[in-house]
Amino acid sequence: MSAAVSTILHAAGETAADVVIVGGGIMGAATAFFLRQRGLSVVMLERDMVGQHASGVNFGNVRRQGRFLPQLPLANRSREIWGRLPELIGEDAEFLPTGHLRVAFRPEDVAKQEQYARDARAYGLDLELLSGNALRARFPFVSPEAMAGSFSPLDGHANPRLAAPAFGRAARRAGAIVHEGAEVVSIAKGAEDFRVETKGGGRFRAPNVQVSAGAWARAFVNAFGEEVPLRPIGPQMGVTEPAPYRIAPVLGITTSVPEETVYARQVARGNIVFGGSVRGPASLETRRATLDPLNTLRQRRYVARLLPAVTKLRIIRTWSGVEGYMDDDIPVMGPSARVPGLFYAFGFCGHGFQLGPGVGATMAELIATGSPGVPIDPFHITRFKGAPTTKETPP
Amino acid sequence: MAEPGMSQPGMSQPGMSQPGMSQPGMSQTGMSQTGMSQPGIVVIGAGPAGIRAAARLAEAGLCPVLIEEGERDGGQIYRRQPPNFSRPPEALYGAEAAKATALHRDFEALRERIDYRPGTLAWAIRDQAVLTVRGARTESLPFRALIIAAGATDRIMPVPGWTLPGVYSLGGAQIALKAQACAIGARPVFMGTGPLLYLVAWQYAKAGVAVQAVLDTTPFATRLAALRDLAARPSVLLRGMRYVLALRRRGIRLATGITPVAVEGEGGIVALRWRDKAGAEQRSECDAVGLGYGLRSETQLADLAKCRFAYDPVARQWLPELDEDGRSSVAGVYLAGDGAMVRGADAAELAGRLAACAALADLGQPPPATEIADLRRALRPMNRFRRGLEAGFPWPAQLAAGLPDETIVCRCEAITAGELRRAATDLDAPEVNRAKAFSRVGMGRCQGRMCGLAGAEIFAAARGVPIEEAGRLRGAAPVKPLPMIEEPGP
Repeated sequence: MSAAVSTILHAAGETAADVVIVGGGIMGAATAFFLRQRGLSVVMLERDMVGQHASGVNFGNVRRQGRFLPQLPLANRSREIWGRLPELIGEDAEFLPTGHLRVAFRPEDVAKQEQYARDARAYGLDLELLSGNALRARFPFVSPEAMAGSFSPLDGHANPRLAAPAFGRAARRAGAIVHEGAEVVSIAKGAEDFRVETKGGGRFRAPNVQVSAGAWARAFVNAFGEEVPLRPIGPQMGVTEPAPYRIAPVLGITTSVPEETVYARQVARGNIVFGGSVRGPASLETRRATLDPLNTLRQRRYVARLLPAVTKLRIIRTWSGVEGYMDDDIPVMGPSARVPGLFYAFGFCGHGFQLGPGVGATMAELIATGSPGVPIDPFHITRFKGAPTTKETPP
Repeated sequence: MAEPGMSQPGMSQPGMSQPGMSQPGMSQTGMSQTGMSQPGIVVIGAGPAGIRAAARLAEAGLCPVLIEEGERDGGQIYRRQPPNFSRPPEALYGAEAAKATALHRDFEALRERIDYRPGTLAWAIRDQAVLTVRGARTESLPFRALIIAAGATDRIMPVPGWTLPGVYSLGGAQIALKAQACAIGARPVFMGTGPLLYLVAWQYAKAGVAVQAVLDTTPFATRLAALRDLAARPSVLLRGMRYVLALRRRGIRLATGITPVAVEGEGGIVALRWRDKAGAEQRSECDAVGLGYGLRSETQLADLAKCRFAYDPVARQWLPELDEDGRSSVAGVYLAGDGAMVRGADAAELAGRLAACAALADLGQPPPATEIADLRRALRPMNRFRRGLEAGFPWPAQLAAGLPDETIVCRCEAITAGELRRAATDLDAPEVNRAKAFSRVGMGRCQGRMCGLAGAEIFAAARGVPIEEAGRLRGAAPVKPLPMIEEPGP
């Protein structure tokens, strides 16, 4: 494509740009921002509000350890951007590089941590392994039952309610056109350009389109003859009343038992945010996911096992939201396999928040230069070629 | 509780708590007395509305579960004193002593015929079940019919200094006196508007407390203009006038049409500053402030039950949509009392009974048509009186725009008016839930119950939009803080 085209053209009621981004979550908003950094003109169309859905309701983990190993180069790139948010977008989204600690309660999980730490080193992620006593000496608040821990000192956490909107505002300040309340009803590929229409009658034209519509991406993908096994799911989150700020690292558990998989972090003002264990249903139609209060009751024991002092506190709020999950727990990212100029970044399976800034930088580089800068082949949509279509039809 | 959900990995299944199905790890209660798997009828709140509702259900031969958050029945207006206190009803309830005594007596007679659960919080509603917690013990009560009579709390407009120790809501000031015979201070000032302002001031004065001033934000002319609707209940109107006269006779300073300026003090209160109706600044020395601007319905449970809400211009609050008898938009869910619409205790008793009649009709045990017609007729003047109250003691929404930026709005999270305004303008939040996400106003322990209405007014003023366009804060469980610790079931 011609990188020289960088102005937004308005003609005959149609707005033309280099790239139209469908979906203004953290992926779309960060991509819009980094495309402007590269001088490309951008229109971002968000049906609701920027960062309102999965990007805004997630746990807020800025975690690399434990990720699918081939995702680490992307996660490393993202971590580097998290550290520079104030200079890039003018605010820090409450990012705190507090470290991330995962504890293990069983010998086989300790072995898994050791294996992961060995494997991750090749990707530039250094983890500190701590035996039970060393773990308790350094992090006295973790469970006395914990056998070992794996500490990632440079990971941390941030406020998901702030990050994507901050990228959206920064993109707008940098010249991107950002429309909220703009539901895309059609994307059509002409001889050269895509034509994108919104419900309110807005018309847009661009040689490149990025679909970053999260849990709602499947309909757009299907319209171009591709298929992905994408399902909407609701995380089950909660937060306690504030307590003195004592717990710096984000806490998690290494386990293969799904119910035990809880996580917790204390924000600087003292509240402890937690989630995990079970997941709930979510609806693409109502755009809401219902929190099941029984799940909150179940989560309590696993969070208390991780962080016993939490039993002295009370839960003040719970929430859920619509997240998009792939059957293989790996996102879709990169170019379409069928349509030149069409790009995807969706389906981040509840672990996309940390990746957001890196995905934005990578997609912008890919669209602007044809090369992503970090390896993203494992996320290509071609992996679903010939695969059966998704088992569950979205409601 | 025992092993919750150990057999439910991954996704929770929609419909897992169908009526009569057992919950994983939840003890199964709220059954009909036969012990079969028929879910029961649940009434939330043992105030005037809830007691009358439960009584009517018992008359029909049913055994409802009555959940009460407090340790005793009676609600707020007819709140009972602790068991070892022995003040006579006349001392506690004044002119309402006969009604209070009747309600308490009827409840004592009812108590053994229903499944009464005091000290129990309904913290969530899920499909067709109410989730409760008493201490740290949680339970799930499946229901066929649910009558929510959750009552009301004070409507609060912040003023600089309102988070100082020594500032109470009017309702809180009244409870201190009624329940424990304690005053909020030796020299309090009462400020705000609404019938409770004069009632509480009079109760304090009568109890021998040196009330320094009673300051009403409503101009006298506004009150006069509402007289016609207030006259729908002449005896109540007269009683209110008598309180004002009695306060005046005691030489207590009364002022109308005032504007609050600030509560002064450090660690305690030394004075309240305000502007009189002519705009001159005044200073009333005091050691406590009781403030409140009428009442707001407690609607979170209706929200969790997924009832549809509509903006009510009379209350300037979003309220659940109800038919004349108290049916919500959700089948089997009814609302009554001040938690549905603030009309006071007399209306609450009638509405509680009427909601129970509606539930009985829907359950196939229709009450006599004349009973329903009589209750509806008796409630009509209450509706006119309600309009008179809201017009005669209006919520001073206009004060929101003038609050200094540094005034705390959300006291749970210590968020100021300036931070909320920044979310509304600089960060361009189009409605209050977005402003909450950006600023945290409404995110703390009270979940917006205390700051939500004032926050919406500040938000609307900052954006220059009518209050109904500010939207409604969405509720989330728990309604009030839920212990993180689990207690093993029996």
